[in-house]
Formats: sequence, C-alpha cells, structure tokens
Amino acid sequence: MTMIKVDHLAVSYGHGDSLLRVVNDVSFEVAKGETFGLVGESGCGKSTVLGALAGRNRQWSGSIRIDDETIGLKRSISQLAKQQMVFQDPFGSIHPRHTIGRTLLEPLEIHGKDNRQERVEKALKDVGLPLNFRYRFPHQLSGGQRQRVAIARALILEPRILLLDEPTSALDVSIQAEILNLLKDLRDREKLTYILVSHDLAVVAHLCDRVAIMQNGGFVEVATKAQLLADTVAHPYTRVLMDGSRGYVASRRPVDTTA
Amino acid sequence: MTQDPGTAMTKSGYFTDLHNWLINEDFTSTRQARLHKAYVAWLSLLANPLAFAGFAVVVTLVIIAALAPVLTVYDPYGQDLTMALKAPSASHWFGTDEFGRDVYTRIVYGARTTLYISILVTVIVAPIGFVIGASAGYLGGWVDVVLMRVTDIFLSFPSLVLALAFSAALGPGIENAVIAIALTIWPPIARLARAETLTFRNADFVVAAELQGARMGRILLRHIVPLCAPSIIVRLTLNMSSIILTAAGLGFLGLGAQPPMAEWGAMAAAGRKYLLDAWWLTTIPGLAILVVSLAFNLFGDGLRDILDPRNA
Amino acid sequence: MLKPPENILTVQNMSVEFPTLSGVVTAVRNVSFSVGREKVGIIGESGSGKSTVGRAIMRLQPPQAVVKADRLQFEDINLLTVPEEQMLSVRGRRISMILQDPKYSLNPVMTVGEQIAETVILHERVSRKEARQRTLAMLERVNIRDPQRVFDLYPHEVSGGMGQRIMISMMLIASPSLIIADEPTSALDVTVRQQVLSILDDLVTERNLGLIFISHDLNLVRSFCDRVIIMYAGRVVETIAAADLDDAQHPYTRGLLNALPSLDHPRDRLEVLRRDPAWLEN
Repeated sequence: MTMIKVDHLAVSYGHGDSLLRVVNDVSFEVAKGETFGLVGESGCGKSTVLGALAGRNRQWSGSIRIDDETIGLKRSISQLAKQQMVFQDPFGSIHPRHTIGRTLLEPLEIHGKDNRQERVEKALKDVGLPLNFRYRFPHQLSGGQRQRVAIARALILEPRILLLDEPTSALDVSIQAEILNLLKDLRDREKLTYILVSHDLAVVAHLCDRVAIMQNGGFVEVATKAQLLADTVAHPYTRVLMDGSRGYVASRRPVDTTA
Repeated sequence: MTQDPGTAMTKSGYFTDLHNWLINEDFTSTRQARLHKAYVAWLSLLANPLAFAGFAVVVTLVIIAALAPVLTVYDPYGQDLTMALKAPSASHWFGTDEFGRDVYTRIVYGARTTLYISILVTVIVAPIGFVIGASAGYLGGWVDVVLMRVTDIFLSFPSLVLALAFSAALGPGIENAVIAIALTIWPPIARLARAETLTFRNADFVVAAELQGARMGRILLRHIVPLCAPSIIVRLTLNMSSIILTAAGLGFLGLGAQPPMAEWGAMAAAGRKYLLDAWWLTTIPGLAILVVSLAFNLFGDGLRDILDPRNA
Repeated sequence: MLKPPENILTVQNMSVEFPTLSGVVTAVRNVSFSVGREKVGIIGESGSGKSTVGRAIMRLQPPQAVVKADRLQFEDINLLTVPEEQMLSVRGRRISMILQDPKYSLNPVMTVGEQIAETVILHERVSRKEARQRTLAMLERVNIRDPQRVFDLYPHEVSGGMGQRIMISMMLIASPSLIIADEPTSALDVTVRQQVLSILDDLVTERNLGLIFISHDLNLVRSFCDRVIIMYAGRVVETIAAADLDDAQHPYTRGLLNALPSLDHPRDRLEVLRRDPAWLEN
C-alpha cells in the first residue's frame, strides 16, 4: 500500500533572475509503515524535498499524492494533520514562552479536537516524559527532552506520516540513541510512515528500509538497507558517504582540492 | 536557577514555605509556573534599586490618583479670591494660586489627569502599533512597504509639532490631546513590533504552527505577541514620560486640558504670570512632572533587564 | 597504553573552576595526560569539559575561571606561572588553535592572505614581501590550487572547507610544536572533511608535531588519532590507544560505543547509556 507517491517533483526558490532550482525531477514512492531516508551533503536539496512534502515550500511542480489524495498548493485541515514535521534544532522548534502543555494544546485547538487534557497526557506518556513536564518551560528541559516534546507535538494530531529533518544531529551520541529507539518504538506501535533526512548514513541505515542518496538536487541512487549493510551499493558517491560515517580514511588522498 | 540564600534567610515560617514553593521549578500546576515567573521578576526588581524606586513612585502616583478625595480637604475648583497667591504654609502645603485654589489639592487631582491621559494613550497606541508592525513584518512584500512608508511619514514629523497641529485642527480639549498624542506615538511602536516579528518570522516554532494549520491571526496573537510583548512594554513605559511631557506641553500652550481642570502643564502655564511673586505655582507642578517622568524612565529601564527574552 | 617517546605537553591533576552565584562549578576535575609527537583525541559529550581543557592549555579561559594543576608543562615553559607577556609569544607561535567555524575566527574586513602574512610578520619580524611569499607557499601546501587569487579573497568569499584550510595554514605558518583543534570539522560535509583532515594529517606527520583533537565524534577520533582520552563530567574516565577502542574497559566508553549506530555492526535497538553515579567518584 502506497502512502506517499512523488512524481517528477521540482522545487525552486526565488523569482525571475534569482530563480534557483534546488530539486530537479525527483520521483519516489513510500509504502505504508515504511521508513524512507534522504541522505546527502548540505545544499543537495534533501531538506527541500521534505519541505515540499510538509507544505513549507510552495514553489514546486510535479505531483505529490499522500494517502491516495493529490496534494495541491493549499491543503485542507485534514490533509495538514496527515503529516507532521520534527525539526533539527530542539532549541529553536519549541516556543520559548509557552509551557510544554501550551505547546501541545496548540495543535489540538487549531484542529478543534476534543478530550484535550487526555490527549496531552497520552502524548507525553508516548514519548516517555513525566506528566508534570506540561507545566514547565522549554528552558528547563535538556536537548533530548525538548526533542521528545517536539515529537509529542507532532504525534498529538495522530498523523500517518512523520517527516524527520535531522532529528538527532544536534544531540549527543547517547541522547541520539534514546531518540532513535523512541522513533523506532513509535513507528512499530502507531504504524507510522517516516521520511528521515540526515547527513549520517549510519543513522539512516539504522532506521530506514530504503535510502535515496541525493547530490545536486537529484537522486544518485536508491539503496535498500540490506545493500548498505552488505556494502553492495552501486554508486561511488554512496560509498564516499559510507566512508564518511565510518570516520577518517587515511589512505585516500584528495584528488581535487579547489573548493 | 538556584535560590538566593540572602532572601531566603530573612523569611521565616510561612513565608519560607511560600518562597520555596515559588522558587521551586518542579511545577505541579500552570498557576505555579506563572506565579514563579512573576516572583522571579519581582525578586529581580528588588535587586535593582533605581528601577524599584521608579516602580514605587509609579505605584504611589496610582494610589494618590485613586484616593484623591481622601487625601485632600479643599475643592480643587473652589475659588476664594481672598486667599489668592498665598505662600506655602501649614494649611496650604503648596500655597494657593491666583484664584485662591489650594495647589496641593490641584496637584493631587492633576495626578488623575496625567494618569488618564497616559493610560488612554497607551491603550490606544499599543494595539495599533502592534497590529501595523506585526502585519508588516509577518506578511512582508507590498503590505510591508505600504505600512512602513506610512509609518515613516508619521515618524518624519517632530512629535510635539504634529500633536500641536492635530490639537489645533481638532480643537482644544483633553480628549483631542489624547488623540493627538496617540497619533504621534504609535510609529516607533510599529517599527519595534515589525523588527521583533521579523526575528521570529522564520523560527522553527512559527513554521511548526503554520504547518499545523495555524492562521495569521492565531500566530500573531499566540506566538508573536508573547515574544514581542516585553520589548513593547518596555518601550511603552519609557514612552510614558514623553506622553506626560507632551500632554503637559499641550496643556502649557493651552491646547490640552482646559481651565478650570487640574492639569500639571496647564497649572505651570497659568503660574508663569506670577513667576517672580509666587514661585510655587510653576515650581511644584514642574517638579511633579519631572519626578513622574523620571520614575517611568527608571522603571522602564529596569523592566528591560527583567523582561528581556534573551535572558530567559 | 602507548608510551609517547617525548612529551611536548604534560598535564598533571588539572582542575578548572568557575565561581558562580550558587557556588563553585568544577568544569574540569583532576585531569592528567601528556601529549607527544602524536595525534591525541579528546572525546566527550556536551558539557564534559573537553573544550575547557583545550582553552586552559592555551590560557584562554574566561577571566573569572580558576585553573589549578600540579603540573602544566609545555616544552620548557611552565604554563601555570609564565607571565602573560611571554604567553603572547607562545600562543599562535608555539601552540596554535583551530576552531570549529573559520567564519568566526577570521577577521571579516581583511583579506585572508593579509591575515596569514600578519601572523608571519608578528612572530618572525620578516619583510612584507617575504611574508607574502611564505603565505603563498603555505596556501599551496594546504592544497589551495590558485594561492595568488585566494590571497586577495575576504573570509565571506571562501567556502567552509577552504576557510578551514586557510585556518590550518594560518595556524601552521609559525611552525608551532602543538596544535589544539577544537571540533575543526563538525561544520563541514564528509567529503570536505576528508580533504581537510588529510591535509592536517600530512602536516602533523611531516613536521613532527603534537596534535590535540577535540571532538564529540567517536568514529572520527578513532580513525584519525593515535590515542584517545575519554572525558565524562569533567573527568578523564579512560585513556586508550585508538586501535584498542573496541576493547575499552570503562562502562561509559563502552556505553558510548554501543549507543552509536553503525554500518558495520547493525543492531535492532541501540543501547541506552545508563549513567552510573560511581563514575563521578575518583
């Protein structure tokens, strides 16, 4: 069953002479319950693809179908609830002057949901935070706790899809492990579909079933998790990124060095 | 945030418990979280003597205005020409004016006029300035250009001259003075609101709300207002003194409060004719204006330190 | 453990304390290690005190901080007692520091070439012309293909990778014997990181320097450095040869390794680090 179907997606920024095409003709499908990764270096367009899916970037062409509905430039309120986004920076993605409870109530009020108190409590419980955290302000929380709040805010509308934009790259290794485990548990329990953007192939290979490797706004290769782990990827650039996640390779000497 | 041993030790029993409950960050209710913020703000106000002095004067002014009939024995409008131009004495603390009215009584009632004008101006100016500035900052594009050019036009006039022109056109009187002052005070507020909105416009938490379907009104009210409010409140407090001075200036020029209304600027203007014989007629209202505007300025400066969102 | 043949830097029982309103906070506690002509990695999570160690060695700690140590010896200089005037000739000339983001370390209103030449003139009192020659040679050494053109660029005109190579050339032109690199590549993409690190690697080997490489990235430090110091809450919990990291003894080091997703050792669930209060006693 297909959850997301993207055909010939192209995304650009700006107008007229300053028009900048960031994503060129990208097509992919993500099945229900699948986790699809987008990997690449900065500026390759991976976050832009995610932005177009989330509705953040409206300057796109091609077709996007989410849960068998064609998505236009304007989305209905139920279409907005279908996919939710988790941002990279846990310090910038939560309103600094709202209590955690306020942050979680906000989407419920926008979407006119009932049983708000129960839903807030359930969301906090789902992401493993104590209930009295709802009275706290973000500056009293650690980075990992804030990222849990961000995930709770995304889950509270009961979406089918989570769009994860480098959800762990601002966190320490041990906290990253907790968040990745949490994401894995939530996916299995709530039957969620994920799209994960990351620069680290090890993180992507841990969570994803299939990975698209991006360079210069297009897909270089779509590899399966098995291919990554067995080291049978086809494209040399994929291998470069795999080496990168292993660390420094002493034997390799730079070929072209003028940046 | 850790508890300051100095303040904790001076409190005992119930107050220690209350202090600990307020300072504790392990909140069990939204009310405790709010009270905690207010209490921390109060403690930092206490730690800043100048700001606290300003705050005390402002509070005193409010109390004086509220209790004016209790604090005075004379009628502020009651004339007694036999008692005209008497120097300060035990029965008339600040002396009497050319109609024999008690200057102390008129100063106390004048506090009402001053507060009336400054509060009314603030209540008019804050929402106008915020809506114009925040809309310009949030929507951007041609809306921003149009709104900001209008703001620039208002900014380019000296405020007292503009207020003078408006009062002259609308006719003298305290309500018209309020409108005239409000028209000159809103542009800097709008500029400030726009600048603050621009810094938060593309923050992840605003984008998150947009992606969840929040409309512009909701984002401005729920998300932008709490972030802009501190700097706008500080700005308005600092503006209080210029409102008071402009109001006094208009009163002095005869375009604000009309006789026999007790208003500090108008009182100073009336006393000008007797400057050499009766110094108290100009000096006392002048001092009142000075003290109150200074207090608002000190309080505003302190508020800036306390409310600054970058300290949170 | 590898025994370095000759120590450039010896740190014995160093502590760094910050007085705050609520008492003294000890950011670094009783840290001991030595650096020879080798690449030593310092690994730790945020708040572990790893950057504070680097700054304390450079004597660049904030003014209110108190640095205590039994011994803090850099070659013939006692860093604990050396006067600040003498420190000026040590800093940048004999110990250099490379920071995370070159954009903040370079002066935005001077061309990068002038800034490097300035370093040469300041430390070696050579003529402007000679400084330029030295700078161009150094830029070429860090694999910048067109040094004449790059010399006249301003910091905002160069990419992240090029900026970091410029920083490296600036830090190495005075021929220091110790380099402290604080997260030098965390702002860079993997391919650029590989280039920058291999240049740094070559220079360290070629000039026989000591390098302290501060990072949060276990895999990077493991593959780049000779020895690894693992810090936790201001303490050194373990010092181990990079090649033996998989056999690390301390539960914190083991926990970090197991928390890391890996392409070579995939596991269904990552191990969550259990922090043991006993680690804080030493």
